[in-house]
Formats: sequence, structure tokens, C-alpha cells
Amino acid sequence: MTTDTTPLYAALGLSAEEYRRIQKVIGRDPTHTELAMFSVMWSEHCSYKSSRMYLRDLPSDAPWVVLGPGEGAGLVQVAPGVRVAFKMESHNHPSAVEPFQGAATGVGGIVRDILSLGARPIAVLDPLRFGPLSEERNRFLFDGVVRGIAAYGNSLGLPTVGGEAIFDAAYSGNPLVNAMCVGILEDEAFLRAAPRGPGDIAVLIGSKTGRDGIGGASILASQEFEAGAEAKRPSVQVGDPFTEKLLIEACLELKSEGLMTGMQDLGAAGITCALSETAAAAGLGVEGDLDSVPLREGDMEAWEICMSESQERMLACIAPDRIERAIEVCRKWGLDATVVARYVDGGRLVLRARDELVGDVPAADLADGPLYERPVIEADRSKIHALDPLELHWPAPEELLLRLLGSPSIASKRWVWRQYDHMVRLNTLVAPGADAAVLRLPESSRGEAGQPGIALATDGPGRIASLDPYAGGALAVAESARNVACVGARPLAITNCLNFGSPERPEVMADFAAAVRGIGDACRAFGVPVTGGNVSFYNESPQGAVHPTPIVGMLGVLDDAYAFRGPAARDGDVIVLLGRTRPELGGSEALAVVHDLIAGRAPAVDLGAEVALAKLLSTTGLGTTAHDLSEGGLGVALAELCSRSGVGASVTLPPDVEPIWGLFGESTARALLTCPPEDVDRVLGAAQELGVAGLAIGNMNGAHLNVEGVIRVSLDDLISAYEGAIPSLMDR
Amino acid sequence: MRREGADPDYVWHGDADLRGADAVILPGGFAHGDYLRTGAIARFSPVMDAVAGLASAGAPVLGICNGFQILAEAHLVPGALRRNEGLRFLCTWTDLEVVDTDTIATRGLEKGQRLRIPINHYEGNYTPPEGAEPRVAFRYVDNPNGAWQNAAGVANDAGNVVGMMPHPERASESWLGSEDGRLVLASLVESCRVTTRA
Repeated sequence: MTTDTTPLYAALGLSAEEYRRIQKVIGRDPTHTELAMFSVMWSEHCSYKSSRMYLRDLPSDAPWVVLGPGEGAGLVQVAPGVRVAFKMESHNHPSAVEPFQGAATGVGGIVRDILSLGARPIAVLDPLRFGPLSEERNRFLFDGVVRGIAAYGNSLGLPTVGGEAIFDAAYSGNPLVNAMCVGILEDEAFLRAAPRGPGDIAVLIGSKTGRDGIGGASILASQEFEAGAEAKRPSVQVGDPFTEKLLIEACLELKSEGLMTGMQDLGAAGITCALSETAAAAGLGVEGDLDSVPLREGDMEAWEICMSESQERMLACIAPDRIERAIEVCRKWGLDATVVARYVDGGRLVLRARDELVGDVPAADLADGPLYERPVIEADRSKIHALDPLELHWPAPEELLLRLLGSPSIASKRWVWRQYDHMVRLNTLVAPGADAAVLRLPESSRGEAGQPGIALATDGPGRIASLDPYAGGALAVAESARNVACVGARPLAITNCLNFGSPERPEVMADFAAAVRGIGDACRAFGVPVTGGNVSFYNESPQGAVHPTPIVGMLGVLDDAYAFRGPAARDGDVIVLLGRTRPELGGSEALAVVHDLIAGRAPAVDLGAEVALAKLLSTTGLGTTAHDLSEGGLGVALAELCSRSGVGASVTLPPDVEPIWGLFGESTARALLTCPPEDVDRVLGAAQELGVAGLAIGNMNGAHLNVEGVIRVSLDDLISAYEGAIPSLMDR
Repeated sequence: MRREGADPDYVWHGDADLRGADAVILPGGFAHGDYLRTGAIARFSPVMDAVAGLASAGAPVLGICNGFQILAEAHLVPGALRRNEGLRFLCTWTDLEVVDTDTIATRGLEKGQRLRIPINHYEGNYTPPEGAEPRVAFRYVDNPNGAWQNAAGVANDAGNVVGMMPHPERASESWLGSEDGRLVLASLVESCRVTTRA
């Protein structure tokens, strides 16, 4: 693997300084296997070495947090007796290389994270970013990613209930494929990724270990993309959803029989990661025998076994007297279950293969990794900020509205979500296409009156973050909070996936720091903790870095699931505009669609106003439907409201706004709320009480969207622009 | 099924015994991951011999989605389910029309009656055996997948084995968007009463 000019450690992605540290930690030169293990565990992907110092400033405490960051997933109490696990993760680079398998195994990986707590996975969401669909490569990636998510999630019997699909040239060459999974504990007990004590046995359950995915964490996830990425295809794993389904059922049965003391999924860095982290978490060591690992190819080297990222594997920690029964349970589900290691006192990870010692290192040092404070230099955005979009020439509002509705980032994503089973398990009360999905819980009391519910939404305004990363981070939280509030839920906790360029570039690190600060401030304003997440650096292609894209997955709670606000307004409802509209067009979809510009100043962030708005919208029994104002502003929100409701609307713009920025500006902290005419006073009164600006701007009626004096479009034209855009690009 | 008055129980795919069941439902899902071909592996499950035995004795057997695909592979209903026209997975609501009221899934329903029940499949493009005209229990009002004669569900000659791509259990509560699926499940329970009496 070495060449005359490249030492092995460098080929594995380690720096000279890191290599010296490894020598110091183990007191000698590492063996090949040891070096391989350190290279994956100390990779950016596994160690969070550049991001950790920022992430610890995020608020993670709240009375309802059962498990915060650092575990397989966050765990929160959503109602008495009901605990929900959730987490988001990226699978960007595998999906850029092989979209179908990359996206499929992204779902598989996050599902195992949820399973690792002993929770039953019940829903998936997928925030996606691609380059423009005018390019064939981007259509290929989009199509493959959606098919991969569908093939894996549908086969598992998991509903995919939400996510996003946004298209922007910044993601050409480096798409973002994030996946979020939500699970529920069938009883209140959860498992940690640690054995109970020395003597516990590590049992590998599920698929055999193969050469697929070797170096995925260190090679794919921790380096920029160069031309010829196809050469990295052997680093992409191949998914087997049926085995994953068996793995879920087997692990949950092991848990319900009380056969495990701990559990961890095998993802990045495979066996190395699972053994070292479980041992380190218990302050123990572990002695493993690589010869016992069931292999797909018999001639695999020790380092390959240690680094393999073969999918559909879990590591269970089991007391010796339970092993026999545990293996029986796995066999019932048709799965291999093999004793591979034993936890011992002493803190060392010791591995043998073919009667030889191939590794002997301190488990905690391997698991923890280095911590870096990378140089930070704020990018100079003064030129981009100097542009005033209000001074540009704009088309007539009606033409602009139809162009925006036909822009793939705004257009209906029905083409995407009807390829996903979003109904299975029969918990989905609000399906994709609304502001947030609503699920009823727990499954054991399905259909009972008054059972609690959760609302789920993801948001990540990359374009805004590219102008102002702090605003991007704060608005990712605020928008997702608005989304769950629109269906009537109370924002409860978030997970996130932070997608950025190379941390070795000071401007990227400055963006990262600002975005994290924005997320933290917004979370503190909402009183919402961050219970975990994922950082994905090195999202770059030869064309440059992606937009800083902090994506937030919001978990909201409904005390009574059936009190949700549905997606449709009723004919005759009054439309109330909540929040203040300012002359802002910077970073708007309108500016991108009409002028192909991402410029100007990001819309102002007002966290106080966001919190008040979310509080108003979470009020039970207020209004028929609500819809968040975001990309495309008031104009697009009205059109979407009409499309969702199957009825037109007649609206008069507020007197103090100009049509272009009034309709298409993206001022924050705004939403539409509809209600029967007799409830208008109550709605406006409730808004006033919370200090939220509220104005009745019109009614739902007729077969046109009519904005007094500026727009008159038939419902049919509006729906055909909105619904037709993506199918006409993808199914031609 | 319990709400429709039945006393349902699960049977493991590896068991050979149906434990005296009056009727069998093969539910939706992705048995064996749909590897090779939908239903192609599952039809060899030990339990399928017992299902075939029950079917030939005239008892009600209903296959839903993947269950339909398994019944077709096992030749308990005629024909095959090919990939959807358009070659995409489809999870969407459909409107159905009852065609043949003399099957275990349509007993008590009226010819032409409309039912709103969702589909969720990649391989639902029903194709009959060459030259055959199988009994159609339900048809789609708007054909979503290219199925022959808009067939959403077909029966064997005797009408006691029905395979349908739409999921009646997903349309069994107003909260889920429709309760029309209950009519199909109730028909199955009623059919049990009739066949048990006979």
C-alpha cells in the first residue's frame, strides 16, 4: 500500500503528527492492523476531531431528555411511558459515488443507530440536496438516491414520512443525502453501547463480514472529492434490507427477553469501532479473536476484517450464561450470531488472528481520537452582501409565481414521496406534503382516543447559510419549529446533520462555528435541546465546497395526536397572515430563479418572534390549517395552501408592502393560519396576546388564486405548474 | 380482523400447521426481501402447503399486495404481477370498483360499488395467463400500474382465493383517510361464516 513517496499512514488519511501520537500512545510503531484501526477511528467521520470543541456548546439538557449526545441516538420522553429515539446522519459521499446503494445503506445505518438503544424504528425522513436537474448527472443522482431510499425503507416496512429535496448548483458533484430515523421504546428500558462488566461476551449478529466498505469512513467521508470518484466505488457498501429486517426483530426479541447487557451498531469502522467504543464506555478492555468472525471471503486480512463496513451487523454484549439462548433467538430469525470477543479489565483492545497478536492498544485512546482547534478566518462576503435585490428588474408577480412553483426546489415533491411507503405501520396521521408529518404513539394503544403523537420535520436553509451561516443555523431550528407548530405540535428536541466543506480551510471552519452558534442560540430561545447528530465535512467537489448546510431534524409533541392540524383549509375560511413582512429579497428563491443569484443580505433573524409564533401555532384548537412561509414567501405559501386545499383564495396584500418583496421576500417568523370567519377575532386575539402581528388578508374561495390587482391564476394552472415540474424533468 | 368479529392469530412461515384456521390472510410486506422475484421464495415456505390445502378445500384465502404476489407464484390465483408501468414504486390512494361480487373479498358488496383504498407496490402490473380471462374482483377507476383490464384484485375460478394489490387494512379508520377497507375484511369474515356452515 505504500509507495516510495507516501507513507502508509498518509495513504490511510492520517497526518504525520497523528502518526507520532499513535506511536506515543502504544509505545512503539503500530502494526498494519493497528494503523488501520487508528486511521478509521481517528478519521474526521468517527472522531469529530475538528467539530467537538464547538458541539459541546450546544444545549443538550432538558427534563425530558433521557439520553443526550454521545449515545447511538438521542432519547426523549414524549409522554408518560412513551420514549422516542431519533437521530440524523449523512451518507453524502457514498451516494455521490453510487446513489442507489449509498442512499439505501444510509437508511440502513441510521436505522441501526436507533435499534442500538433497543428502540423499534418507526419512521424515516430524508433531507436531500442535489445540483440542478437540468444536468443529466444530477437527474441520475436524484433518481438513484430516491430509488435507494425507497428500496431499503419500503422493504424494511418503515414509513418514510418526510424530508426535503432542494436543488442548487452548489451541490453539483457533491450531493447531500442525510437520513433521519425515529424509533420508540416498546417498554421504557433502553440499552447503552457498553457491557455491564468484565466477563461479558461480545456477540456479532447479522451479515457476514466482507470486503465491502473498507475505509468508508476514512477514505470516502473524510476527504474531498476529486475527479474519478468512481474509483472509490469499492468503498461503498451494498445493502441487504431483508437481513436488516431480521436484525431488527432479532435484536428486539433479545432485548425483550433481557438477554443483552448492551448493544452497538456496526457502521463506520465496523468491528474496530464497536469493540473499542463499547469497551471504553465501560472503562474496560476487550480481547477479540478475528478468526471467529464469519467472513464472506475466506482470505481476508486482519486489517480488512477490522475496517470492513459490511452492513446489517450489530454487536451485542451478553452475559456468559445467556449466550446459548441468545444464539437460539438469532437462529430463529435465520441470523448468524458469533462470539467474537470478551470484555476484560485493563482497558486494552487486544486482537488475535491466526494465532498471532495483530493488535494491542488502549481502547479509550482508540475510541476518543484527537481534538483540534482548527484555524478560523471569516470569509469576506462584503461584495455579495452589497447587492440590493430590490434594485433589480423583476418580472410581473403572476409570471414570477408560476416560475417559482415550477422551480424544482419549491415544486411539489409528490414524485419523491409516492415512491416511499409513507403509510406502513398505520401510525401516519399527516403524510408527506404537509408542513410536518404526524405520527400517533405508542403502537400498543393505536386508535385509542387521546393517545399522544409526534410531529417530524427537517430543515436546512443552505442558501441563507451561504450568505450568513449564523442565520442559516438559527433558521434551520426556527423553520423546523415553525413546521411542527403548523401541524399543532410543540417543538421538543432536535437532532442535526452539519454538512460543510473541508475543515482544513479556515473559512469553512468559521462558517461551521457560526452555524453551530446559530443553532445553539435558537435552541436556547426555544428551550429545545440538541440530543445528538452528525457532522459531515469535506463536502467539496472540484467546483468548490457546498453551501454551509446545517440540517435540523425537529421532534415535536402533541399531547393528543388526533388534535393535529391537517394540511387543508376549508372553503370560506379566513386567511390570517402571521408575522411581519419586511423589504427583504436577499438569498430568496426568487432571486435565484429569476437572476441566478445568491446574494444580498440574509433575512433578519428574530428568535423572540419565532418563539412567540411557534407558541401561537401550537395552541390546540386554533384554526383549520397553518402553513409556514419560507422559500418563495407569501406568494408560494398561498399557492401551496390552495393546492393542498383544492380551493382558490382571494387575498389583498397588506397596505404597507410592495408586490415583489411582499409576495416573494422570505422574511422569517411568518405563517398563514386559516380559520372559519367566526373564529377570526379569537385567532387575532390569541396572536396579539403573544405579540405576534396578525392580519386577515382574505378568504379561501373560488377556483382561482386572486391577489387583488397583481395575480389571478386558475387553480388548475397553479396545480399543474406545481405538480408537473419534477415529473416533467424526471419521467421524460 | 378482531374488530370485524374474527379471532386472528399469526402463523410462523416455517410451521406446517394452520391450527384449525377457518381462513388465511397472506399480508403485505417484502417476504425474503423480494429477492429473485416477488413471492418466488416465499411460495416455498413450509406453511404454503397448508395454505394450498385450505384453498383447495374451498376455505377463504386472501392475499394482500405481497400476499397476492405469493398466491400468484404458488398458482393459487392465475396470472403474475409484473413491474409497474413507469417502472417506479407507487404508494398512493386509489379508487376501486367492485366487479365480481361472488368472491370471499366482495361478498355483500354491490357491483360497481366504489372503494377508496391505497396501493403500495413496485410489482402490481397484473398480467393473466395467456388466453385466460381470470375473474376480476376489483378494478382501478384510474389504472396506476398498467394492470390488465385495470385489475386490482383477481379470484380463482371458485372465488374462494382472492389476491389484491390495494391494502384494505390501510383504509380501516377514518383517521387514515378511509374506512372502505373494512368492507373487504368484513366480507372475508362473513365468507368464513358461510363456508364453515356449509
